[in-house]
Amino acid sequence: MHESRSTLIEPTSGWKFIDARELYRYRDLIRFLSWRQIKLLYAQSALGIGWAVLQPLLTLAVFAVVFGKWTRVESHGIAYPLFAFCAIVPWTYFANSILEAGNSLVSQADMINKVYFPRVILPLSSVLAKLLDFSIAFATLLILLWINGIPPTVRMLILPVLVAVMVMAALGLGLWLTTLAVKYRDFKHAMTFLVQLGMFATPVAYSTSAVPESLRPLYALNPMVGVIEGFRASLLGSTEIPWGLLAIGGSSAALMLISGLLYFRRQERSFADIA
Amino acid sequence: MLAIEARNLSKAYRIGTREAAPESLMELAGRFLMAPWRNWRRIQRMDVSGQPDSSDDLHWALSDLSFDVREGESLAVIGRNGAGKSTLLKILSRITEPTSGHAWIHGRVASLLEVGTGFHPELTGRENVYMNGTVLGMTKREIDRKFDRIAEFSGVEKFLDTAVKRYSSGMKVRLAFAVAAHLDPEILIIDEVLAVGDASFQKRCMDRMAEIAREGRTILFVSHNLDLVDRLCKRAIVLRQGRLTYEGNVQDAISYYLTDDSQRGAVRDLSKHPRSGDGRARFTQVKILNASGQPSDYHAFGNSIRIAMTINATCDLRDVGVAVVLSTVSGSRVITGWNREADTPLHFERGENHCYCEFEDLRLRPGHELWVSLWMEQGGGVLDFVESVTEIECRAQDDDSQRLSTDRAQGVIALRQRWCSDVPTGTVKSRVQVSQ
Repeated sequence: MHESRSTLIEPTSGWKFIDARELYRYRDLIRFLSWRQIKLLYAQSALGIGWAVLQPLLTLAVFAVVFGKWTRVESHGIAYPLFAFCAIVPWTYFANSILEAGNSLVSQADMINKVYFPRVILPLSSVLAKLLDFSIAFATLLILLWINGIPPTVRMLILPVLVAVMVMAALGLGLWLTTLAVKYRDFKHAMTFLVQLGMFATPVAYSTSAVPESLRPLYALNPMVGVIEGFRASLLGSTEIPWGLLAIGGSSAALMLISGLLYFRRQERSFADIA
Repeated sequence: MLAIEARNLSKAYRIGTREAAPESLMELAGRFLMAPWRNWRRIQRMDVSGQPDSSDDLHWALSDLSFDVREGESLAVIGRNGAGKSTLLKILSRITEPTSGHAWIHGRVASLLEVGTGFHPELTGRENVYMNGTVLGMTKREIDRKFDRIAEFSGVEKFLDTAVKRYSSGMKVRLAFAVAAHLDPEILIIDEVLAVGDASFQKRCMDRMAEIAREGRTILFVSHNLDLVDRLCKRAIVLRQGRLTYEGNVQDAISYYLTDDSQRGAVRDLSKHPRSGDGRARFTQVKILNASGQPSDYHAFGNSIRIAMTINATCDLRDVGVAVVLSTVSGSRVITGWNREADTPLHFERGENHCYCEFEDLRLRPGHELWVSLWMEQGGGVLDFVESVTEIECRAQDDDSQRLSTDRAQGVIALRQRWCSDVPTGTVKSRVQVSQ
């Protein structure tokens, strides 16, 4: 049974941070919402979860032809498809998560209008749900590496850190986008565009070594730069782990997340009125 | 012990303001270029929390509302559409914040503003029970424990592993209500959700609600169905235009509400009435005219009645569908007049337009009060919808209608009736004479 408690309802103002205890009380909702998203995404589709493998593989096929064969992008002596796939897997996660999280409030406005729950659960569960696709794509990546005879190294121990930065960045950006999109529907259109542009500002098709040295600290503010170069370094072993890029990217991801949470919570009170 | 203490609750929304039409091509072009800036300003102003000003485009859905609910008490909130009932419940369920004032809630709250929130057609019944239950604040363990009872209550056990999109609407509602009925809150907030399903299911819902009330839980109940209100609650508050106008025992509150005729009127200005629709055209006034064309707030039995509307259109509109709906105080629709059904196309020009709908030989049981709602549509888009804009009182006219019972339970429509029996009237008379 739940403990009896008193709640004060009043106009709130100013900044507040996430209520972790309340979030914990609603943990089952987080779980079911994430699960529902996965289930709905693949409901009534013949390939089902196979899309989680197919989507990055098809991207890879296009990349391999355009950048690997025709333009011959520098890939540090690694076969270009492997070089690209190490980036496509985390990038696909990042791109899909921020789109999903960014739309989460607007697409579930009816729920916001009918029942109270911590609103942050909506973007949070989107970002978590996408981790399943990511795991499947990542397993595919590991199989490809194994087929190509690239041995696992001790550097792979850094992968959990990379995934953490990736999720933080996706959630941070997703929170900003979804909060803005509730009020300004412009962001719905801007989001897709932003993700497309973002791919060019991230070393998905090319290597960070192609970016002028002086610009790299600025470039690394994009958290996915460090994450992707980290994936390459730990899985392919062709380069050293980019600690510098990771430090900058990790800090900027943390900043995005904290500011995103604060902004979300500040705007939360008006969601039901304007969604 | 108090369960809810509401103090000076107020809530403001900003209502849209219309702009004058551009007068020249240059002005139109200028408007077009400035549109992003104007839109941005408008969106900025949508959120009125923080510093509410007193500008005239603010609509106070609730103003200065204070009341208490004791622990274990069932309190009804009565009021017309747009009186602020739903806003009040939304504030108390923490869906939206008050603009000013505060409320203390002592205990775990579950609110049912709509059954089936979180239901998704692609998921199975079982999955939706878990989804809906957690949305309403239950944990998975709690649902596991109550699952069998929920399934039994819903009566759709056989279809629990079927996707909800294959359910009939009745089955969906039953399953949704079954989940809701098994929430175990200390305070239950219910908005108009009992008016669903067939009669036997409604009775089951009612019994369950009464049971919850007997268990000593606090219930805050909103419904247009006054019979239900009467059965379920002992005390009631009446809201009118966002203000508390009456507080007391439920029977008194109901009769206060029914005799409160401030909403009635033969001619009503609708420019500030709460509404929905895209606003390309709006109802600005409604007039109720009697058989002789005079404004009248009552309808005389068997006469014709004319509902005349003034419509302000922002552009030329061809082939508009306009509907006039008459419904009872408990919310059931009695009559819908629709120009498409009458095969009368309506076109409006930019600016003010007038049209009317006349019902001929309208035989409505005296004692009823009917609400008028107006709706119009064009090309599949709703232009404007205003609910409960005015009220028409039904009165007897001649000797025939004087004989009609004014008991509202006997139905709204009183048709001309002819009775026959296989015992001729004369025979009965003579037998009566014999027995004397």
